[in-house]
Amino acid sequence: MIGSIARVYFAEWRKLRRPTLLLGTIGAVAFFSVLISSLLFLMIDSPNGNGDRGVRITREMLSLSSGATQAFSSIGNLLGIIALCVFAAQTAQEYSLGTLRNLLVRQPGRIRLLVGKLASMKVFALIMTLVSAVITIGVSYVLAGGKDVDTALWFSADGRLEIAKTLLNVFLSTLGFGIIGMVLGILLRSPISSISLGVLWLLIVENIVGAVKSSTLEWLPGSQLATVAVGGTETISYTHALSLSGLYVGIALVIATALFTRRDVAN
Amino acid sequence: MAELAIAVTDLSKKYDSGLAVSHTNFQVPLGTICGFVGPNGAGKTTTIRMLLGLISPTGGSGEILGQSISHPDKYLSQVGAMIEGPAFYPALSGAENLKVLATLGGFPIERVDQLLEQVGLAERGKSKYKTYSLGMKQRLGIAAALLPNPKLLILDEPTNGLDPEGIQEIRQLLRKLADEGTTVFVSSHLLSELEIISEYLVMLRKGEVVFAGAMQDLFDAQQPFMLVKTEDASDLAKVISIAESAGHKSHIRDGVAHIEGPAEWAGVLNKLAFDAGILLTQLSPQLPNLEETFFEMTGDQK
Repeated sequence: MIGSIARVYFAEWRKLRRPTLLLGTIGAVAFFSVLISSLLFLMIDSPNGNGDRGVRITREMLSLSSGATQAFSSIGNLLGIIALCVFAAQTAQEYSLGTLRNLLVRQPGRIRLLVGKLASMKVFALIMTLVSAVITIGVSYVLAGGKDVDTALWFSADGRLEIAKTLLNVFLSTLGFGIIGMVLGILLRSPISSISLGVLWLLIVENIVGAVKSSTLEWLPGSQLATVAVGGTETISYTHALSLSGLYVGIALVIATALFTRRDVAN
Repeated sequence: MAELAIAVTDLSKKYDSGLAVSHTNFQVPLGTICGFVGPNGAGKTTTIRMLLGLISPTGGSGEILGQSISHPDKYLSQVGAMIEGPAFYPALSGAENLKVLATLGGFPIERVDQLLEQVGLAERGKSKYKTYSLGMKQRLGIAAALLPNPKLLILDEPTNGLDPEGIQEIRQLLRKLADEGTTVFVSSHLLSELEIISEYLVMLRKGEVVFAGAMQDLFDAQQPFMLVKTEDASDLAKVISIAESAGHKSHIRDGVAHIEGPAEWAGVLNKLAFDAGILLTQLSPQLPNLEETFFEMTGDQK
């Protein structure tokens, strides 16, 4: 059982490590990481704010032990969207290319196939998170000096704990978005449809619904995952966001697993 | 009875649109090449998918290499398959695509180079799959099917897109594999090819088996026939009428009359036609062949 899951994992990595996918994804992660951390520090004195939706993050806030991870935690949502697209495309293409039938002939245990795929994508999400952490913290450190932000507490014991906590939260959030992408891929069996629906929901539908009735943000899945990445907000607690995200992702996985294991592979 | 590679009993698959495969029964002995034929939509691919555990039967049962098809994990490690043409990742090379499947199945990675050599893709193994011609894709699909060094090889239209030389190579490869003990179950529309290489035949029509058994038994049950053309095409119907009056089944296909009867009767037919004022421009006695038999049995006349 473990051996066959490990074989699925290594077979998946042969696909995930191809330069266009791996380097392309890391390039996108690096671009957004540099952009978000640069805007945070370069617009520190802007009256329009330097954070998400015009929020002002002051020098004093950036000088706290959590200052190093301020940019990193704000990028969680974007990492999530990237993970959703990659996971959805990788899963749905098995149907659209017809390659799922080859995989199932070589590994007829459908749950093993799904678990192995999930394991490889977890590692992919971890790499994305680590790359983003290194870049955002690095860029923040370089820019902090020029903007008179004190970094003395960033790498103290408290600062290192903040980094570890944020790394875990951003990873969980990215993984949650990715799993939703994977589930959409299984449900819709088309890369374009699953990516479109996922991105449309997270970037447009949730924002419109949230703008019309802000209390719904406490229940919408994308909002919960984004809240997990930042470790909780004033309106949504971390525990609430984490448990609700876990519930959404768990339900989605159960439905997708039931479909994947029972549905005929007819293309 | 010989040991069986495939045995299906009353195997059925029903969709909302109707029965795709209906109470199918056939057996394929180990170590033989078995052709699997039928018109488009006859249920060949659906049957193959059920044998490989990709879709669930709605009725009946089946065994592959002695194991029930409801437990494909017990036999698929000894089965190679190419279903409905090759399907691979376009952005990976041919070799990488095979390595994905070798890793997944737990087969030695070194086998990939051997197989690429065997199917004539050694020089293009590092090229991306999306740059391959149809024939090269087909060869890669066959290489993938051979990865497990299979006891049973199931191929759906393996010669699609291949040139005559490629078709001959595949024919020789299948013959060699069968000689080494591999059972080959192959569907193809190239009936003349199947006739050359197959010892057994399963013929489907509208989801039902119309023949399953040794190829020779099929031919033994068929009548010899003759092909007849007339100087004036409108006289063909008269020739048919003459033949049927004499008790010989006949029909017209592609502007040629197909008349059942032994070669010795050709002279009699020629005389009867001459007496009726009809000039025959072709009168060729034929032995039963797979193509003729196929059209006869499936009723799929052009």
